[in-house]
Amino acid sequence: MSTNVQPHNGGGNPLYTANPDVVDMSNYLRAGHTLRSWLLTVDHKRIGLLYLISITFMFFLGGIFAGLIRLELMTPEGDLVSSSTYNKLFTMHGIVMVFFFLIPSIPAVLGNFLVPLMIGARDMAFPRLNLMSWYVYIIGAIFTMYAIVAGGVDTTWRFYTPYSTSFANTHVMMTALGIFIMGFSSILTGLNFVVTIHRMRAPGMTWFRMPLFLWAMYATSIIQILGTPVVGIAILLVGVERILGVGVFNPDLGGDPILFQHLFWFYSHPAVYIMILPGMGVVSEVITCFSRKQIFGYPFIAVSSLLIAFVGFFVWGHHMFVTGQSPYAGLIFSALSFLVAIPSAIKVFNWTATLYRGSVTFSTPMLYVFGFIGLFTIGGLTGLMLATLGIDMHVHDTYFVVAHFHYVMVGGMLLAYMAALHFWWPKMTGRMYPEGWGRLSALMVFMGFHLTFFPQFILGYLGMPRHYHTYPDEAGYQILHVLSTAGATVLGAGFLLPAIYFAWSFFYGKPAGDNPWLAKGLEWETTSPPPVFNFEKTPIVTEPAYNYSVHGDEVSEGSHVVAP
Amino acid sequence: MSHPERANPYVSHQFETATQQREASILGMWIFLATEIMFFGGLFLAYTIYYNMYTDAFKEASQHLDVMLGGINTGVLITSSLTMAMAVWAAQTSRQKLLVLFLSLTLVLAFVFLGVKAVEYMHKFHDGLVPGALFTYDSPRRDQVQLFFFIYFVMTGLHGVHILIGIGVIAAILVMAIKGKFHAQYNNPVDVTGLYWHFVDVIWIFLFPLLYLIGRYLPGAH
Ligand SMILES: [Cu+2]
Repeated sequence: MSTNVQPHNGGGNPLYTANPDVVDMSNYLRAGHTLRSWLLTVDHKRIGLLYLISITFMFFLGGIFAGLIRLELMTPEGDLVSSSTYNKLFTMHGIVMVFFFLIPSIPAVLGNFLVPLMIGARDMAFPRLNLMSWYVYIIGAIFTMYAIVAGGVDTTWRFYTPYSTSFANTHVMMTALGIFIMGFSSILTGLNFVVTIHRMRAPGMTWFRMPLFLWAMYATSIIQILGTPVVGIAILLVGVERILGVGVFNPDLGGDPILFQHLFWFYSHPAVYIMILPGMGVVSEVITCFSRKQIFGYPFIAVSSLLIAFVGFFVWGHHMFVTGQSPYAGLIFSALSFLVAIPSAIKVFNWTATLYRGSVTFSTPMLYVFGFIGLFTIGGLTGLMLATLGIDMHVHDTYFVVAHFHYVMVGGMLLAYMAALHFWWPKMTGRMYPEGWGRLSALMVFMGFHLTFFPQFILGYLGMPRHYHTYPDEAGYQILHVLSTAGATVLGAGFLLPAIYFAWSFFYGKPAGDNPWLAKGLEWETTSPPPVFNFEKTPIVTEPAYNYSVHGDEVSEGSHVVAP
Repeated sequence: MSHPERANPYVSHQFETATQQREASILGMWIFLATEIMFFGGLFLAYTIYYNMYTDAFKEASQHLDVMLGGINTGVLITSSLTMAMAVWAAQTSRQKLLVLFLSLTLVLAFVFLGVKAVEYMHKFHDGLVPGALFTYDSPRRDQVQLFFFIYFVMTGLHGVHILIGIGVIAAILVMAIKGKFHAQYNNPVDVTGLYWHFVDVIWIFLFPLLYLIGRYLPGAH
């Protein structure tokens, strides 16, 4: 495949051809110019972009809540918001970020865009179901947004009972309904991916020739399929209990509040892997490309994704060490939590081994990936500390926990998401983002992130509890909170920057050509932006993934022969 | 762009062959059923825990369910699974009239099931056994009995919702069948609907003994 610039990509608005009546099937962005052609599309690439727009909106909404939280915590007194408003702020930050940004982020945007391309298919197995998933997401988001506008909700994103069922008088029902509905979007997307990966692979695309991103998406989908319904039923029961005033989870009426926590964490711990596994898939793709090397230990990385998904289902009790769960259960959950670190570490070691003797380029996606590896490692190791019963007793419900999961969620997943957006942006839009600005954003995010969250480890270790909007003057917390807020400002700016230059690049960016990174993988073999049905002819795969053994121009050639 | 050769007009644009399309839709339904199992699984877990905590109360409460009506419904649902299986066979063998007949029969049986269920719900309503403000059951185990009926209504209610969805889907399939859309070359929708309907049936097979029979046939009843 050549890497020359496609003439129809040059200049002007990429959505429009000279003659708007012409439907250009060789470029999915120009196949239909009306709003209707976008809202009723069944093209997985367009649906990916619909998700991109929706979740970017949710991300900045959740970011605003985070900003207000950080502002409030700059001073020991509660001078910006009342305590009940503060409770709503961190609840809505959590709900919006977890359910409406992190969970759909890489799967719904990049998974949708890439899965059919990477396996050489024309579309997902169920294109209409795919579009429906987006609408379901939007409906769920609307309910939740309504709850937010109408006055918010203050149960924390975990909806712990019996507070959420018997005491909270905020908009619990609306929010719960929104999340319940959104869950179906997640399930249906996962279902579509599994069937697509099983049944739609191009000739020669065997399981162990698949890009590791697909293994990660497959493992993620399994969690979405098996985990999401359980939190769905837990939330449903909370809702019915609130309506009827019966106590399934209320100890006063014979219910068991811990049962709710079991059901909730049975999903919500694996959900951590819904958030992180796709990120790991992205890292595997990016790191090989910018090291110009075949990945080290392909089968180990591939299988470790499945292992993480599997073991991840049996560790949920580590969220409940202090709930009065039996000490034997605690012991087992602790041990299993240690176990899940093994496949994660396998990945990190293989990534670093891939760098060894590679010719490494420090482009924006690669910088984000380096950020991911560092921050995820810190997040993972502090996770081991928290999986230790003794340490958890000491730091549970403190900022130590907050810092830990932000290192995994933001430092891990969000950085991988940014890496992925930069890496595949040229494929999605046919245009380059400004590289200099990109590197600046990667640097700002990395620095800002550390400044925001490292002080929180210390805060937690010193005993600052989470969920409080005031703290004692003399405790010495303030300097750490101020550092954290300063970091959050840098972090916020670091995320705003890509939002601006991506939007700019979509319309005015330099045409990228089909394969600006000289990357391997079927998605780079088609044009940028790809045609509606992805490939001129169904590709036939004849070699393993990441065959970077040849350098220079040869790199982009010969990864498959086109079917006669 | 790609112009897939359409030897078979029943193959959607994303698939290469009819076999691929068929395998994809069947795998998709099986995965959906896995989701459903986890969905009901949460409720079965809640049932198991509370049954073990409040065994006596659950047995006592179970006496208030109508085994007769529940048994009839079990028979109705199993029969509807048979007619559904026959419908799938009729579609695969291009027996147009039989297909319409069996789908209609399945639909009728589904309505019968819902009708009987509605009668049962009405009785519970009259007896003050609906959890919440209307719950009037008087016993030292009131809260625990209420818990049983809460689980009863959520589980059978959710199952009923699945029957309703099934009715919608079967009705749609029936309309398509009347138009002659299904035959040996193309019958995926019938096949997949069949899978779903059998699943709904199986859930009931678990619900019936757990809810209706525990108080009667386990040692230590009364
Ligand atoms: Cu966890």
